[in-house]
Amino acid sequence: MDMVYPQTARDLTALLKNLGFKIDYPQAQTCCGQPAFNQGFFKEARNLAKRFLTIFGSSEVIVCPSGSCTAMVRKHYPELFSQDPPWLAKALERAQNIFEVSEFLTRFVPLEKIKAAFPFTVTYHDACHSNRVLNISEQPRKLLARVEGLTLIEMESSQTCCGFGGLFSQKFPSLSQAIGLEKLKAIQNSGARWVISNDPGCLMHIQNRIQEKKLSVGVKHLVEILVSR
Amino acid sequence: MKTKTEQFKTLAEKALGNEALQEALARACGHIGRMRSNAFQNFPEGETLRDQAHRIKTGVMDNLEVYLQRLETSARRLGIKVHRSPDAADARQYILGLIRSRNISLVVKGKSMTTEEIGLNPELIKNQVEVWETDLGEFIVQLAEESPSHIIAPAIHKSQKEIAELFAKKLGVPWHDNAEDLTMVARKFLREKYFRAGMGISGINFAVAENGTLVIVENEGNGRLSTTFPPIHVAVMGIEKVIPGMKDLAVFLKILARSATGQKFSTYMSFLQGPGRTDEDDGPEELHLILLDNGRSKILADPELKPSLYCLRCGACLTACPVYRRIGGHAYGWVYSGPIGATLAPQYLGLLRAKDLPMASTLCGTCASVCPVRIPLPDLLLKLRQRIQEQGGMTYYEKAFIKVWSVAQNHPSGYRVLPVLARKGMKLFPGLFPKGIPLSEETFHQWWHDENPD
Repeated sequence: MDMVYPQTARDLTALLKNLGFKIDYPQAQTCCGQPAFNQGFFKEARNLAKRFLTIFGSSEVIVCPSGSCTAMVRKHYPELFSQDPPWLAKALERAQNIFEVSEFLTRFVPLEKIKAAFPFTVTYHDACHSNRVLNISEQPRKLLARVEGLTLIEMESSQTCCGFGGLFSQKFPSLSQAIGLEKLKAIQNSGARWVISNDPGCLMHIQNRIQEKKLSVGVKHLVEILVSR
Repeated sequence: MKTKTEQFKTLAEKALGNEALQEALARACGHIGRMRSNAFQNFPEGETLRDQAHRIKTGVMDNLEVYLQRLETSARRLGIKVHRSPDAADARQYILGLIRSRNISLVVKGKSMTTEEIGLNPELIKNQVEVWETDLGEFIVQLAEESPSHIIAPAIHKSQKEIAELFAKKLGVPWHDNAEDLTMVARKFLREKYFRAGMGISGINFAVAENGTLVIVENEGNGRLSTTFPPIHVAVMGIEKVIPGMKDLAVFLKILARSATGQKFSTYMSFLQGPGRTDEDDGPEELHLILLDNGRSKILADPELKPSLYCLRCGACLTACPVYRRIGGHAYGWVYSGPIGATLAPQYLGLLRAKDLPMASTLCGTCASVCPVRIPLPDLLLKLRQRIQEQGGMTYYEKAFIKVWSVAQNHPSGYRVLPVLARKGMKLFPGLFPKGIPLSEETFHQWWHDENPD
């Protein structure tokens, strides 16, 4: 988010500010450790998890524009510290108050306060960790339904993986791309002009496939839509 | 089959380039996947039954030896001869011993992945025993001299055209261009084998500890014929297939076929309660039950990975997996493929020998979402990745990448330098950096820092 989609992160701060939230961005923050964890480097992941829990220690609520990072903190941090009671307690507490952005908005903001306009056809890709770890599927759709002029066309199997898988895409590039092309077919068949999701990893992977195939489908993060006028 | 898990990358690459395979997989997996999801959509109690099934399996695995002894006792009471095989070689020897002592020259087989696991067919053929697979898919795969590429749809990788060619070539029959005619060819060819066979060998879906009932679930009737026609029936089961009682069976039967093929029930369900009795017209004279360990006790003793043993072998995780859907089963290089295969292979074959398999997953979680007994497959894959990593199973580059990366992530200054270095480095040494990551000119961090000077 920080390095590839900084604009989306800026949009998120604008969105939350407009809704009346006080925002802090702890500048010492780095990565939650998911790439190391997913590759089996639990020790490295644990160190980064401790760092994360410390740096965000005083934050009331964390809003995260990525389902997989949220899932890392909510589901896997407690697993990483299952043998370490003091850190486990911190991880469990944090798990209660970190939210993926669509979860946060639908839970803490009255829907009518969401005001945006995006007069295009869009289709929504359910990112795997959002969908199957965090049970997110209605939330982004509820938000999109609030956007003026927007028409949501569901693609076939919106919940099927895009093939990114973090470092999987580096270790097995052709496999990762082949899975991505299946996703692309579904996106294309929907006929939508834009594909929307809530995970920068998926967006990047889908974007790369679209570029290779020179398609005229655009890619946007949900947050970008919610600040569109 | 010959184990080739070390060649995963090469085999997967080959599979991706095989257009006929891509077409066959897309069609079959798409179809079975839709059937499965429809079956559960119209079956609200399915989710509760899956929870129940998980609990039953957990209970069994926590007391496996107790249930196995109970099964042995009740099976013996029914006249079933029970044999425990610690490993594949012992199971093969036991079967071969029976064949020799009874002078058997022809064996028919009902579908059984467990006998694939122990490499039974090659052993029998080596010993001049004629063996015929009677499940249509297995029969096709046998004629093609291949191995099954899916747990319940062994010939899922083959198109109808390929099968027509195969039958014409191997069986000397005219070309048939529809599935029914092809099935009739196989049926006619195999029917006569059942009558001549001295032994039928099958797998088992469930073995009920409380009364010794062996349950076989199938769609073609070949399982019933192979287990009732020949004078001897040998059933081979992994020790994890035991369940406590008939009421547990009711839970599993409601979700097994739905998960596997999207059927409410399979066409045939056989409840075998011992060999044929004197007042019965059919049934074998002898029924042998082999309880196969072959590495299962080792998994059982591993609290983190124990749930790998809950598997019913329904194949739902294969059909649903985006990776399996693109490369099929043969690429995994072992008898079990897909997410469950990637979970079992490192445990059966050794972590390093199958090190690529757990890595070859996007961790998308579709497998767990369709598993009838809710095996947390992505979590198991992650644990295996950790162990493989600790045993030195990662490449030098992967290790170096994560080490450098995590040091940088541990220091805000290092972290801030990363994008700058990466932008330069990607141009100078493209091989060293992950591909397809379009770094932005200005990070959010920089922007925030400039906007909020303090």
